[in-house]
Amino acid sequence: MSRKILMGGNIAIAEGAILAGCGAYFGYPITPQNDLLEHMSHRMPEEGRVFLQTESELAAINMVYGAVAVGFRAMTSTSSPGFSLQQEGISYMAGSEMPGVIVNVMRAGPGLGNIGGAQGDYFQSTKGGGHGDYSVINLAPASVQEMMDLTMLSFELADKYRNPVVVLADGFLGQVMEPVVMREPVTKFHEKKWALTGAKDRPKNVINSFEMNPANHPGRIKQLLHKFEKIKANEVRYEALNLDDAEIVLVAYGSAARSAMSAMDMARERKLRVGLLRPVTVFPFPYQPLADLAEKGCKFVVAEMSGGQMIEDVRIAVGSDNEIKLVNSYGGVPLTADDIFEAIDILM
Amino acid sequence: MKPIDYGELDNMVFGRPDVMEDRPSHFCAGCGHGIVQRLIAEVIDELNLQERAICVASIGCTVTAYHYFKVDGLESAHGRAPAVATAIKRCRPDLIPFTLQGDGDLASIGTAEIVHACARGEKLTVIFVNNATYGMTGGQLAPTTLLGMYSTSTIKGRNHHQSGFPIRVCEMLATLDGPSYIARVSLHNPANVRKAKKAIDLAFRAQLSGLGLALVEVLSPCPVNWKIDPVKALDWMVENMIPQYPLGEFKVTPEIALLKKGERA
Ligand SMILES: Cc1ncc(C[n+]2csc(CCOP(=O)(O)OP(=O)(O)O)c2C)c(N)n1
Repeated sequence: MSRKILMGGNIAIAEGAILAGCGAYFGYPITPQNDLLEHMSHRMPEEGRVFLQTESELAAINMVYGAVAVGFRAMTSTSSPGFSLQQEGISYMAGSEMPGVIVNVMRAGPGLGNIGGAQGDYFQSTKGGGHGDYSVINLAPASVQEMMDLTMLSFELADKYRNPVVVLADGFLGQVMEPVVMREPVTKFHEKKWALTGAKDRPKNVINSFEMNPANHPGRIKQLLHKFEKIKANEVRYEALNLDDAEIVLVAYGSAARSAMSAMDMARERKLRVGLLRPVTVFPFPYQPLADLAEKGCKFVVAEMSGGQMIEDVRIAVGSDNEIKLVNSYGGVPLTADDIFEAIDILM
Repeated sequence: MKPIDYGELDNMVFGRPDVMEDRPSHFCAGCGHGIVQRLIAEVIDELNLQERAICVASIGCTVTAYHYFKVDGLESAHGRAPAVATAIKRCRPDLIPFTLQGDGDLASIGTAEIVHACARGEKLTVIFVNNATYGMTGGQLAPTTLLGMYSTSTIKGRNHHQSGFPIRVCEMLATLDGPSYIARVSLHNPANVRKAKKAIDLAFRAQLSGLGLALVEVLSPCPVNWKIDPVKALDWMVENMIPQYPLGEFKVTPEIALLKKGERA
């Protein structure tokens, strides 16, 4: 029988990581994800695994890199300013094909901004963020259950593609308490012949992103780009609600999607044909299903807690002919169902 | 002429360490990095660590250090090698990670990482090559550049009003409780190269004995960027570098003292 436990969002991420076999956690305190780090500080040693509170987020991401290099599943968690600091490390990991998990419980920026939840790191997280030609898979939970489930999935995808994966959450989700169905611990793991385990009974293994010879570098990048194409083809995930007859499609992820869902229900009660497309992966982005809806003549309302970032991907998907309206909040303020319903009302 | 058959030489006194790759070195003439890497290789051979050592390269002239050793290895971002090595050791205590870092890497961009690895007493071996310049990027001011010394970004010589004072890494880190062994050695003549090897050997044995971080700072010539003839560069080190960076041991815990007594013949 499945066990249901009342849990906070950040704690569900921590427990999901433990269930997924995360062997090492490294992190530096930053609101609104401190409870995640604190939880790991006692849970990881309890499980006989590695926990270290680091001197900075820079050190944390480079420790994740070191841990995954020896074949461990490893994770760091942070919030926006710390995520900015980690971009160089994530770029190195992508360049050397290392499978780490980075949790970003987003808060409002730019700068020190505000500790309230926000979604202003969308560009940074889905469009690379660090230097060079690379992408990271971005999973965007919208419930405490998904905080657990998508964290578990993130470890699987990281190993599958040998690439960093970001769990893109936000400060509101981190603090929400909801019942969670506990999952079974992962028992099947990928073989990692490339890991640094000591050059015993095999030629040495080397992990790097550096290529001294410029003639060889394009080949490596081509291989990376090929991998990202495969990810785009195979890993798009989204939730579709009431889309069959929808005239207006709400597009929202994370906390904003929860408000969008309520706004959709309000609209449906008034017999308005409103549906929701909720990207679960924001990279790879569900361009095709949105394009198909555009083809049917739908109008779109993009609801996000930023100045308007994901809307650019929606625009790419639906082209310029269809009407797209942005309804947003920023500066650490939640986006409410009423805000979104009002936007629907205007379009109708 | 018949090629030399090394097997016929029954009194060969010099050869490549087993763990050293047979590949041309990319270092400039007169550079000390190759000597340091050879000493590390000799120690890995003698301590029989080929199957356990992990070469944690950094960013600088040793960026591809992992290409010179027949051991597992990886790159790390500029300054972050101690963090990378920390994770390796915490996850796999049976492995023997060692970092190889320049002065820009360790004493400028990576100051936080080395200080905290020391403060935590991570069980690591750190080989720190101080050539008083940023070799790889073409000879700019380093945190260890001497006062008055030429660099491509202090062309009239380092002036402390403009660029501050050189950092004595060993002395600074020796104030921390975590490290077990901190020493400064130099490559300016063969006798000192032998001393350097002893210190490197001890720094590996410290880790094998589970002791706190062991760091060896190696004063090393960079004739190309110093713009000095390679032979004169060695004299220059004695006259200028050693007065600023005195050789010796700055931290020797009682456990290290015991290890030293048990030195191999
Ligand atoms: C983040 C970052 N900043 C700057 C550089 C450029 N860079 C490469 S090596 C180097 C200096 C290396 O000097 P040092 O550590 O003294 O080693 P050396 O080359 O002298 O052996 C710099 C600044 C870089 N690769 N990454």
